[in-house]
Amino acid sequence: MFKRKNYFALGAVVFVTLAILSLPPRATSRLKLAIGSLFLPLFGLANTAQQLPVTAADAILSRRELIQENESLRHENQQLKFLQLQTAAIARENDQLRSAIGWQKQTPWKLKLANVVMRDPANWWRTAQIDLGSRDGLRENLPVLTNDGLIGRVSSVGLTRSQIILIGDPNCRVSARVENPTHDIGVLGAGGPLDDSLVGLSYLSSGANLKSGQNVVTSGEGGIFPPGIPIGQIVDAQQVEFGLYTEARVKLNANLGALEEVWVLFP
Amino acid sequence: MNVFNTILVLAAAFLAVFCETVFSGPRHLFGAQVDLLPALMIYAALNTNVVSVSILAVAGGLWFNALSANPLGVTILPLLAVGFPICVQREFILRELPFAQFFLGALASAVVPVLTVLILLTAGSNPLLGWGSLWQWIVMTAGGAIATPVLFVLFDWCNHALGYQPLTENSFRSDREIHRDKKAK
Repeated sequence: MFKRKNYFALGAVVFVTLAILSLPPRATSRLKLAIGSLFLPLFGLANTAQQLPVTAADAILSRRELIQENESLRHENQQLKFLQLQTAAIARENDQLRSAIGWQKQTPWKLKLANVVMRDPANWWRTAQIDLGSRDGLRENLPVLTNDGLIGRVSSVGLTRSQIILIGDPNCRVSARVENPTHDIGVLGAGGPLDDSLVGLSYLSSGANLKSGQNVVTSGEGGIFPPGIPIGQIVDAQQVEFGLYTEARVKLNANLGALEEVWVLFP
Repeated sequence: MNVFNTILVLAAAFLAVFCETVFSGPRHLFGAQVDLLPALMIYAALNTNVVSVSILAVAGGLWFNALSANPLGVTILPLLAVGFPICVQREFILRELPFAQFFLGALASAVVPVLTVLILLTAGSNPLLGWGSLWQWIVMTAGGAIATPVLFVLFDWCNHALGYQPLTENSFRSDREIHRDKKAK
C-alpha cells in the first residue's frame, strides 16, 4: 500500500510538471504572473521596511542641515532651469535644421521612474522586476536605463509589475556603436556569470580601431533601443575566429548589482 | 509527522523564495545566490511523508520559477528527484546526526541546480554559463550544506514551540494497583 502511494505521488507530480511545461507561452506567462502575485504582500512589507530607516533618518535631521540642503537644491534647480532653456533652444534649432534637410523630426524621450523590487533568484539569469506594469502603460521591449546608462529592456509585463532583462543576460542583445573615428558597430551579448559589470561586444569588423576607454552607445539598429544611449567603455579587444572579427569587453556605466531606481524609456 | 509540519515547511519555502529575490547579500559577497529549497526538501524528505515532499516540490518549484526567468515548472522535477529517493530510503539514514544533514544538504544543493540547468539546456534555453558558474555551484552547495542542519534546529524548535506534543504514556493504572496491607500478608 505504501509503495502504491509513493508511485501515485510520483506520477501525479510528473504529470503536473509535464502539463505545466507543455502549456502555451501566453498561458505560462499569465500563470507565472498569477503565482508571482502571491508575493505582493511580502514585497509591500519589504518596501515599507526599507523606507522606515529613511523616514527615521529624515525625522532626526536637524533644521540647520535641512536649510543647507534646501539652499543647495534651490541653487541646483536654478542651474537646471537655465540648462533646460539652453537645451530647448538647441532642440528647436535642431528641429529647424532637420526639417530644412528633410529629416524626420526627433521626438523627446518620455521617461517613467520605477523601483526595482526583486532580483532573479536563479544564478543563471540576469533579470529583475520593477513596480510598473501594463496599467502604467508599459509594454514589452521598452528600454530601461539609469542615470548612468542603459541597463536592459522590459521582457514581460504584468498588471502592476514587469520583468526586465538586464544587459549581460544571453537573451538581451543590443546593437552598440563605439564612439571612435570609424564608428564601429557590434552586438552586445552575454557577460560572465560572476562579474556583472563586464559584457562582451562581438561581431565588430576585423579592422576595428578600438582603444581602451572609448565610449560605447546604442546604435539605434534593431528597432528596440534608440540611438545614443550611453552603455559603457571599451576595456580591451582581441581578434577572434582567426581574425574574422573583433571582440571587445565593455565595462558598463551602470552598476547592475545595486539597482534601486530605474527609468523606463518610451521612445 | 503531522499536517502542521507540512504547513510549516511550505511556509518556510514561500519565505525562502521571497528572501532569495529580495536579499542580495550572498550575491554581493560570494557572487552567487544560495538556494534554500534543496535544504528544505531534505528536511521534508526526512521528517514528513511522500505527499508532503511532492507538494513541496510542486509549490516550491512553481514559486521559484514564477519569480525567476526560468520556464515555469522547470525546478519541480529536480527537487522531486532529490526528495523522493531520500524520503523512501530514510530508514537507512542517520537523520538525527548533523553530519548526515550537512552531507545530504550539500548533495541536494549540488544536484538541484545541475539538473535544472540540464533541463533548461534540453528545453533549448540559453542560460548564462561559464567558468564562473563552477564557483557559483560551489557557493550554492556550501550554502545549502550549512543551511540544512540550521533548518533542522529551527524546525525542531518551531515544532516544539507551536505544534502539539505527543502525550507521554505512563504504565501506571490506578484500577490495577495492588493494594497490600498487613492482613493480606
